[in-house]
Parts: sequence; structure tokens; C-alpha cells
Amino acid sequence: MVRTYLLLVWAWTRAAAQYPVSFALMTVGGFVTSGLDIAVIWVIFTNTTSLGGFDLSEVMFLYGTAALSFALADLLFSNVERISQHIRAGTFDVILIRPVSPFVQIATERFVPHRIGKVIQGAAVLVFALARLDVPLERGWMIPVMVASGTVIFTALWALGGAAQFLLTNAPEVANAFTYGGATLTQYPLSVYGGELVRGVTYVLPLAFVNWQPGLYVLDRDDPLGLPYWLRFLSPVAAAAMALVAVLAWRAGVRHYRSTGS
Amino acid sequence: MRLIGFGFRRHATYWAAAAAGAFTNTVFGILRAYVLIALWQARPGLGGYGVVEAVTFCFLTQSYIGPMQVFGGGLDLPQRIRTGDVALDLVRPASLQLWSLSEDLGRAAYLFVARSVPPTLVGALLFGIVLPAGLATWAAFMVSFVLGVVVSFGWRYLVALATCWVIDDRGLSVLSMILTTFFSGLMLPLVIFPGWLGTLARALPWAAMVQVPADVYLGKTPVAGSLAFQAFWAAVLLGAGALATAAARRKVVIQGG
Repeated sequence: MVRTYLLLVWAWTRAAAQYPVSFALMTVGGFVTSGLDIAVIWVIFTNTTSLGGFDLSEVMFLYGTAALSFALADLLFSNVERISQHIRAGTFDVILIRPVSPFVQIATERFVPHRIGKVIQGAAVLVFALARLDVPLERGWMIPVMVASGTVIFTALWALGGAAQFLLTNAPEVANAFTYGGATLTQYPLSVYGGELVRGVTYVLPLAFVNWQPGLYVLDRDDPLGLPYWLRFLSPVAAAAMALVAVLAWRAGVRHYRSTGS
Repeated sequence: MRLIGFGFRRHATYWAAAAAGAFTNTVFGILRAYVLIALWQARPGLGGYGVVEAVTFCFLTQSYIGPMQVFGGGLDLPQRIRTGDVALDLVRPASLQLWSLSEDLGRAAYLFVARSVPPTLVGALLFGIVLPAGLATWAAFMVSFVLGVVVSFGWRYLVALATCWVIDDRGLSVLSMILTTFFSGLMLPLVIFPGWLGTLARALPWAAMVQVPADVYLGKTPVAGSLAFQAFWAAVLLGAGALATAAARRKVVIQGG
């Protein structure tokens, strides 16, 4: 499965490389578009020195880890949102009869390598924040763990959104509220949001484990909501649980599929 | 006028898409509202807004996304230029620009009902929002809102028409989206932009799409001056659009055959 995925990704990358100018422009475009988030954070911090109890470097650290996780998931798997077009047009039939997993096919179809621009942007912000924060190594080990877990959580969210398309054939945009909404939510310290919302994204939809809970550990901060300390280490568990739910939902969705019949 | 009606009915067919859009706008409105509340708690009275006014601003701007097409697009024109169908539009006995404007106003009127009202109501229920001070403010807001849609159309029409010259419109639409989302006040109120950046942002046409109608609603700005500002940019953009249409007409004649 991994081999097929890589093979298809490579094929679409070579296709994109046939138009080098367009490819370069779109990569820069992605970098600048996501750079706008940083412009917004900068404008906020020209007006204040702390947001939700966190200073500029800490907010940039939380932003960088979330943005990097989201951009990786977006680069590798966000194409699954295309499934809504296939369901409506009935072309999902073609995908089902090919001897490759439908998920791999959809995720790689017209794979857009220029999304790497966003990955670079997220990584750049994270490096910049770490340079200002001075995190000791005994807590820094958590950073790669949280980025990997975050990527899995966002990927699971994309897959759940894709699975939901089997039900919401007319309204694919609803899934955006959770995928892009999740990305927006995690860009800021969760302490700015209301208590119920934070409990919701901790215990129901585990977005708090993308960067908030492990981030508190890396930054060595008390939880402003006083949630248990051990939650900080649960990111990989939350990611695994999300992935399991997503796999089950995706399978149920594929089984639910009825062709358009025309 | 009839075209406005057709534009309205055409978009009314896609009610599920509009409902999904309204849902997404509402979710983002809630997230943004929390960030603004945190900022205004740290700096009460920032930019001349109170907390409730900042929240109102947030939900108003989310509700503009549909009618003003803040993320760009909304016009069929780029696609019709690429396929060559635009030649048909140009031989019609009606100005291409006025034709598109009428359709766009119909689209905006429908999206105002479908995508502006729900997020604002949810915002009012969850956080509480400010209502305009009186009937005069309501009237001024409606005029300002329509002018905002016209300015937005003027800009999007220029971007769309540029497809005649650049063929691949994706790069341009990304650039347009960056300029519009940042300089319209959608992401943050322009009143808290620092120094010269704020002065510049408030003078550019994008401010006329989101920031000015919201300020008129909140009663934060002299009405006559704001409407004149919007009318000025509407006239400039529509004028540029008319010139570009004339130029595009010659361009199409050269390509024809």
C-alpha cells in the first residue's frame, strides 16, 4: 500500500514538474497565503504582549507545530475531499474496480506537490519560535512526537470528512468546518476559547492533542483549565484512536456507496 | 432588473451548498470571536471598539463572505473566457459588465438571505451582538452593504477579465484572495492595524467591502463620508472595468476565427 502510494505520488509530481513556472508560483503562493496567519498574529501582538496568557514566542511555537502538522496532512492526504465529486459524478465506480485501495487512489489523484510551500512555512515558524524559546532537550523530545501525532489526527479528520461525503453528497463544504476549522482552532492557545469548547476538543474530537496538551509540556506551563497532567503524554494514543475511527468510518462509507445508476 | 431576479433564482437552486457555507462561516465566526475576545480582554476599548462590538464585527464580517465573495470568484467569466464562450456574451446587445453586475447582485441578494443571516443570528444567541442604533443606521447600513457588493464586483470583474491576457487565472486569483482577505478587515479589524499599514489599509478599495459596512452598522464612522468612500471606489473600479472590457473586446476580435 505504501509502495503504491509513493509510486502514484511520484507520477503526479513528475506531471506537475512539466510546468515548472506554474509549480514554482503555486509553491510561493502557498507559502505567502499561510504567511498571512503570521501577519495576523503579528498585528495582534502589536496591540498586546500576551494573548490568553501566552507571549509571542509561545503563540508562534503553538502555531508552528499546528501549522506543520496540518500542512503535512494536507500535502499527503487532503485530496480525499475530491471524493465528493466522484460520488456525485458516479466515477467512484471506476475507482472501486481498480486493484488498489480507494483511499490511496483518491489521496494521490492529481497530487499537488506545491502544497510543500505550506509545510515550509509551518516549519520556518516553528524553527523561529524555538530559536527564541530555548527549550531544553529533556522536554524537546516531545516536539517530533507531537508533530507526528498531529499529522495523524489531521489525516484522520480528512478521512472522516471524506467518509461523511457519502452521506452529504450535496454539501461537501460542511467537512471544511472541521478540517480547516480544526487547523484554525489549533493556531491559537486553547486558553482563549471557552471552557466547554476546550473540553469538547479534548475529550470528544481530540484536537487539543495536536499541539495544546503536548505543547504545555514542552513549554512547561500549567494548564489554565486545570485538566490532568498526564493528558500531555496522550497525543499518540489520541492519534491512534482517531485513526481507528476514521478507518472504520471510511469503510462504512465505501460500503454505503450507491452508484448514480446512469 | 430581471437579470437580478434570474441571478437570485439560479443560486437559490443550490440551497444545500449555501447552508453548508453558512455552517462553515458560523464555525469560523465562533473561533474568531474567541480570539478577538481574548485580545479585547487584554486591551479593552482597542480601536474604539468594546468587546461586544468586536464580536459583532467578527460575525458581520463572516456574514459578508458569501455576498461579497471575499475569497474571490463568483463570476462565470474566467471559465467563459478560457472556453471562448465570452465571444457570445460580447455580441449580445447589452454591456458585458452591466450584465455580469446584474447577475452578481442577484447572487449576492440570495447569499445575503442564505449565508449572512444565519451566522449573525448564531453569533447573537451565543455571544450577544450590538444592533444598529436606529432606523437611519439600518438604512445607511443597507446602502453601504450594496455599495460593498458593487465594489467587490468591480474588483472581481477586473480580476476575471485579466484572464483574457494571462490565460491561467489561478495565480491571479490567489493574489486577489490574499489582498482581499487581509486588507478588507475579514481577518482582523483594520482599526487595530499599526501605524502606516493601518492608514494604507483603510484607504484601499478592499476596506470598502468589509470594514466600512461593518463600521456603518456599528455607527463608528460618519455615514456620508463612508458612503462617499465606497462610491468613489465603486466608480473607479467600474470605470477601470469598462475600459478593460473595451480592450478585451479588441483582444477577442484578434483571437476570433
